Amino acid sequence: MSTAAVAHAEETSLGQPHLKIGFWTFLGSECFFFGSLIATYMSYRGHSVAGPFPHHGPPHGTGILNIPVTSISSFVLLTSSLAMVLALAACQKGDRKKTSFWLCMTAFFGLIFLGFQAYEFTEFYHNGLSLTKNLFGCTFFVLTGFHGAHVSIGVLWLLSLFVINQREGIPVEKSLSVEIAGLYWHFVDIVWIVIFTLVYLIPD
Amino acid sequence: MSTKAAALPRLQEEAYKGAWSWITTVDHKRVGILYGMTAFSFFLIGGMEALIIRTQLAGPEGTVVTAGTFNALFTMHALTMIFLVIMPLGAAFFNYMIPLMIGARDVAFPRLNALSYWVFLTGALFLNVSFLVGTPPDVGWFAYAPLTAKAFSPTHAVDYYIFGLQILGISSMMAGFNFIVTILNMRTPGMTMMRLPVFVWMTLVVQFLVVLAFPIITVGLIFLQFDRFFGTHFYEASAGADPLLWQHLFWLFGHPEVYILILPAMGIVSEVLPTFSHKPLFGAPFVIFSGVLIGFLGFGVWSHHMFTTGLGPVADAAFSTTTMMIAVPTAVKIFNWIATIWGGRIRLTTAMLYALGFIAMFIIGGLSGVMHASPPVDLQQQDSYFVVAHIHYVLFGGSILGLFAGIFYWYPKMTGRLLDERLGKLQFWLQMIALNVTFFPMHFLGVDGMPRRIYTYYGTDGWNGWNMVATIGSYVLGLSVMIFLFNFFRSLRAGKPAGADPWDGATLEWTIPSPPPLYNFARLPVVTSARPFWEVKYASAAQKAQMEKAEKERGADHIHIPPPSYWPIVLAFGMAVFFAGWFFNYYVNVAGVLIVLAATFAWVYEPGH
Amino acid sequence: MSIRRRRFLALLVLAGTCAALAGCEMVSHPRSTISPVSDFGWAIQDVYEQIFWWCVGIFVVVESVLLIAIFRFRVREESHERPEQVHGHTKLEIAWTILPAVILVFIAVPTIRTIFAVAAPAPQDAIRVNVTGEQWFWRFEYPDLGVLTANELHVPVGRPVEVSLHSNNVLHAFWIPRVGGKRDVMPGRTNRQVFTVQKPGLYHGQCAEFCGASHALMRFDLVAEDPTSFDRWVERQKAPPPAPVDARAKEGATTFLTAGCIACHRIQGTPSQSTIGPDLSHVGSRARIASGILDNTPENLARWIHDPQAVKPEAKMIIPKKLSENEIEALVAYLQSLQ
Repeated sequence: MSTAAVAHAEETSLGQPHLKIGFWTFLGSECFFFGSLIATYMSYRGHSVAGPFPHHGPPHGTGILNIPVTSISSFVLLTSSLAMVLALAACQKGDRKKTSFWLCMTAFFGLIFLGFQAYEFTEFYHNGLSLTKNLFGCTFFVLTGFHGAHVSIGVLWLLSLFVINQREGIPVEKSLSVEIAGLYWHFVDIVWIVIFTLVYLIPD
Repeated sequence: MSTKAAALPRLQEEAYKGAWSWITTVDHKRVGILYGMTAFSFFLIGGMEALIIRTQLAGPEGTVVTAGTFNALFTMHALTMIFLVIMPLGAAFFNYMIPLMIGARDVAFPRLNALSYWVFLTGALFLNVSFLVGTPPDVGWFAYAPLTAKAFSPTHAVDYYIFGLQILGISSMMAGFNFIVTILNMRTPGMTMMRLPVFVWMTLVVQFLVVLAFPIITVGLIFLQFDRFFGTHFYEASAGADPLLWQHLFWLFGHPEVYILILPAMGIVSEVLPTFSHKPLFGAPFVIFSGVLIGFLGFGVWSHHMFTTGLGPVADAAFSTTTMMIAVPTAVKIFNWIATIWGGRIRLTTAMLYALGFIAMFIIGGLSGVMHASPPVDLQQQDSYFVVAHIHYVLFGGSILGLFAGIFYWYPKMTGRLLDERLGKLQFWLQMIALNVTFFPMHFLGVDGMPRRIYTYYGTDGWNGWNMVATIGSYVLGLSVMIFLFNFFRSLRAGKPAGADPWDGATLEWTIPSPPPLYNFARLPVVTSARPFWEVKYASAAQKAQMEKAEKERGADHIHIPPPSYWPIVLAFGMAVFFAGWFFNYYVNVAGVLIVLAATFAWVYEPGH
Repeated sequence: MSIRRRRFLALLVLAGTCAALAGCEMVSHPRSTISPVSDFGWAIQDVYEQIFWWCVGIFVVVESVLLIAIFRFRVREESHERPEQVHGHTKLEIAWTILPAVILVFIAVPTIRTIFAVAAPAPQDAIRVNVTGEQWFWRFEYPDLGVLTANELHVPVGRPVEVSLHSNNVLHAFWIPRVGGKRDVMPGRTNRQVFTVQKPGLYHGQCAEFCGASHALMRFDLVAEDPTSFDRWVERQKAPPPAPVDARAKEGATTFLTAGCIACHRIQGTPSQSTIGPDLSHVGSRARIASGILDNTPENLARWIHDPQAVKPEAKMIIPKKLSENEIEALVAYLQSLQ
């Protein structure tokens, strides 16, 4: 990341590196982005003219959403946040091998989550819920789709950090780059918790 | 001075040579100039669009343009003036002046800053290319669904709208992140938040509005795009959708957007008035706090654009109340400005005239806004020329006059020369008269039942006279802009040299040469008040001695100038390719993504940053 | 003459010219929002007048103080005089924060009262009209009275009317300025408005939400008449139109059925029953045609039928085959006979 930003961290007005403050601001805007998607989902709950529906009807009798399976994938994503914390800790301690390991683990769990999403989306499609089938299809796929896209970008980011760490190492002074990736990853995780609660757990 | 000083002149030489130096610049001052020149070019285009509109409406059953062309003209006029003129003119000032006013050498993210310009240019061109292919957006600048659905707008016109705005939104947000960090994190020692110039504060509020409001329209536009491209039903009532969803999302963005448009001008006025009254801004903390409150409350009033949609009396009453509440901090600012000049020694330079004109015109625009805030009254005024009058009083009488104040005030700093005052005053008076002749009658037209967005009307409607008056006014307005152009270019070559401090200013930008050197400040100043230069100039002998002692005790400054970079323009190009892909095929989209990814990696690895 | 005097005179001349130009049109304001003829309009006018005078007062006071300050404290541009450096006055600032808030209360109270007053549900004896906005005409149906018509709305003076607004295409807005405020017409949602017209007359309405190419030409009329006339109108509308008498009109009746009009236009008592386009059963009795933009004359009818898109850009009235002058004349005679 930018050497200037890190080297002059002590010279900044707030005592924090530019990148960190900038990234928190970016996360603020992402809150409004996901907030709008979620608010739309919530306002369109129960408005679908035709099924499939999330919480009543086929194929599970309790609607098309598979809570048990999605609970597992949610747990995987949560665990990945733990891996991310461990990756940052390792980097800040200067432990290059552990950093690589935990970065890889985080990305790996992220990929498993994405795998579950892919499975879920194909299951839904086979059970008749497409993007355009009804309002539930529209709001669900756009919301979770954009979240999935964010996770994918995160996985790419983590793997890039992994490669950089393997080739030239990420020294303690540059651990900010891992910290920022961590902020992003935790944010994406928190958004999923909100989505999981509002979409999956709370019935219509 | 350290050995660094010897290295600086050479850097300066290299940095300023030729077109490539402009394309790869990461110098905030140059980015500011790029924004300003581009914005002004679009001001001329948007103005032409307005003149054609006014010519068509000069008399009943006009035949200057067809209905379809007219509908595209009023759509593009609004989009141009809002997104391609007022916002980037504000950005020009943010870019040029913010680092100078907070005592910084650059912005927090110089390349991101340059990128925001190139993406802005991409968006501006994208939107206007629609004219060249014959399908400019023609659904009004707020593009209400379901008129924008594929069924009712089958051509690409709405697609240019969607992607043009998405690109422009990305540009604004990038600039937003940059300026928030710059203002919060790069203030010179001693410059606490409450010592920031009010222009900087207003910019900070604006940037927060940008980064929080634009994501909402991003989502709204994504829904529209998905409806049009993939057959979703976000705005389709027959599928159970709420016909008002688009309006809610749009105005949740749209209302903060209008504060984004006015707050920079208010910030400029808050700088100009004290300088030319030789007095400090009256109640600066109140003015700052009012600006912050306006920004905050601005998120709670959006449905006052929807009083005619039948939200129900409770919602109407609630939004009416919040809208009236916002009038309070606005009024406070006006009173504080008047108290600033009261008891001062007022020098009526062109910049000052514009700042005073702003207040006079904004009062009118604000009062018509208070009328709109009452739903029963708004049921008559909404979608009529009364709203058009209100809009133009706050945007022309407000934003544009305020921005001209900024231009006359800061042109000397940017160019080292003064704009001609006589031409400036001619321009000002012509504009003041012309804008009132053009827009005041529109109140009468609205009261007389003339709806907005109509390409023609009939002689029996009773609207002939005022429409003709408004058209005549609009031509004079056009003339006044020509005078400005002449003044601008002539003064670049032959204007009186300005020196560092032509106006006896109080803030940091006047302490450095005009135009500033590449690194802005040779030594970063240490600030002890909100009027740092004033303190230096008018301090007592004892205070001056103290300041000199403190200066001697400081060490040398480390000056780091970020080198130029072409990754911003490459990344912007990648973005253009991605968005163009929606008009061709998915391979083009993918190519765009790959270019963006490659540019991002190269950017991260670029040496020297 | 000094520069200032010259400038002032120029201003005066300009202002005078403007006033004169505008004055020429002062004669009639057929779509004025400030000369209401219904209870709804009066309720709005009442609030408007209060707010208007507050605004005028605030304008005069604040602009005067501004102008006084400018004139009183101005100095030459080259001056470097420094006045007393006043930074603020907290008590004063608090006072002028509270003052606008208080004034706004005076505006908010009648506002909120009127919001609820005009939102009150329609009384039992209200005449109900279902209004449908199309691109680009208006459909009016009186469900309780069995009337279906287009572009010209009749109401009895003194009786409440409830319009239910709906669209199955884009957004429109129903606005008769002299009767009162507007209400949006949208798909998926029915908006309602209640008003009682107190003065008989012909009032003009217009769509007030941009709805596409011919938004500007989507007009309609409201005829407010005494109850007896209204009842007579209802009876005539309910019944099929008189059969054509003269030869030309009879010819037109046949042309109507073969020229393609049957695809969109309903004429009671004939095989033409489609409700896609405006109902033409009694079009001959309407004051205007093509949704309120042309006077109902033979010349205008001919012009409209000859080339609808030339009159109304992108009009959806597509006539399948080219009609001869003769056929158009016959159609016009027939349509004019549909009283």
